[in-house]
Amino acid sequence: MTAVATQNRPGTESAPGPDALKAIQDKIKSCIQCGTCTASCPNEFAMDLTPRHLWRMVLMGDTEDIFASQTFTLCSACYTCSLRCPRGLPLTEAMHDLKQLAAKHKLPRYKASTAFYGHFMDTVRRHGRIRETEFISRYFMTMTPSKPLMPLKYTSMGLKLLRKGKLHIENPFAAPGKQSLEAIFQKVESMEERA
Amino acid sequence: MKYLYYPGCSLQGTAQEYNQSTRAMMAALDIELTEIDDWTCCGASAAESVSELLALALPAINLAIAEAMDADQDILVPCSACYLNLRKVVETVRQDETALARVNEVLAEKELHLKGGAKVRHLLDVMATDLDPEALRQRVQVDLSHLTIAPYYGCQCLRPYPVFDDPEEPRSMEPLIRATGAAVHPWSMGSKCCGASHMNTKMEVALELVHGILKGAQGADAIVTVCPMCQMNLEAYQDKIVQHYRDVQPVTILYLPQLIGMAFGLPDDQLGLNLNLEIRSDFRNKRTAVPA
Repeated sequence: MTAVATQNRPGTESAPGPDALKAIQDKIKSCIQCGTCTASCPNEFAMDLTPRHLWRMVLMGDTEDIFASQTFTLCSACYTCSLRCPRGLPLTEAMHDLKQLAAKHKLPRYKASTAFYGHFMDTVRRHGRIRETEFISRYFMTMTPSKPLMPLKYTSMGLKLLRKGKLHIENPFAAPGKQSLEAIFQKVESMEERA
Repeated sequence: MKYLYYPGCSLQGTAQEYNQSTRAMMAALDIELTEIDDWTCCGASAAESVSELLALALPAINLAIAEAMDADQDILVPCSACYLNLRKVVETVRQDETALARVNEVLAEKELHLKGGAKVRHLLDVMATDLDPEALRQRVQVDLSHLTIAPYYGCQCLRPYPVFDDPEEPRSMEPLIRATGAAVHPWSMGSKCCGASHMNTKMEVALELVHGILKGAQGADAIVTVCPMCQMNLEAYQDKIVQHYRDVQPVTILYLPQLIGMAFGLPDDQLGLNLNLEIRSDFRNKRTAVPA
């Protein structure tokens, strides 16, 4: 299994099996289906499954429906559900776990999020710090073959940043710098493969 | 007072004015900030979406460097996402020795070692807890009493760790705003999510959330923020929101230390006020007007 699933590394490209959910099920097994998470979620209006419904599916091991849904990618990590859950369950963390599974398995349905986070981490891997122009250029390069007009949504913001001198022209293929975190990333990958 | 300082990537790029104004305000208060040597990215909201271990290891690198520099000084972090990532490592390894061992196995690649006792503080925590509002008031040279300011806290300085404020009904900015002479805009949107990185992957969802916040702020002269991602989401897409929803007017968005710095009479260039994307001309005019 590929551990740190970034955009440029091979993934399994198949849906996670029910075993993949084991660690998440352990985290949320005392869920009482009260729906406080759903009522607390600022993004619930845009979700196809409510958070409460999603947690029930996780406990039932229903990977097919979970990974047909956009719900977990719509978690913006506001932590309101984690704060309010009467069972004290780490629900935001469990959402991250589902995002990690989708990224590791390179599921095409989550291409935008996986590409965004993948390129972000690749840039950090090579340079130690984020280089915003470099990573956004790479993200757009991944997205435009299927969504050619997508970058236009950001034109106005991009021009504002440019006028303020906040965008720097960066070579998206620049060699890793002296703050490269390559060794750290490789170590994490080897430890996760071992696990 | 002295703090170790972790600016984080945004404060070197799109949020330069947050860095400049934080440093200028602290200097004016004789508070010394020592930047963490060769700090690297905390993983932002990306690492937690790809790997649990990486999400701990990246912030831990910086904590280990900070511990080696001075284990007794608190680490001051202005960005809420960086703050949460750094803090989460401390909270996690405190309860989980296995996690600490795993993190140290990774850190050994850079010849670093984490003990885990570092105290990670958000800028707002330091301002609200360590600074005396009365002392701030005495430092004020410019009267801002004709301004009404909406305090926007966002999520990750408040949740999941309720350290210095109520995580759902925060108030910690209010004495700081009042110290400048300004009034606090009454609203309930201060701790509601701005959508964070949804703006990049699910823009329509984030615009809806930001719209709610801008709508709640109508009538205020400005919103103040304490996070580069909140600031970007609130300020950079207002033209789209105004055009699409048609029920809000644009609002000036400032970082909290910029407001405090204005009241201290610090020059605009020290506060990076030329770098904000959304400072309305009516705000500029009103700010310099003599209070009635």
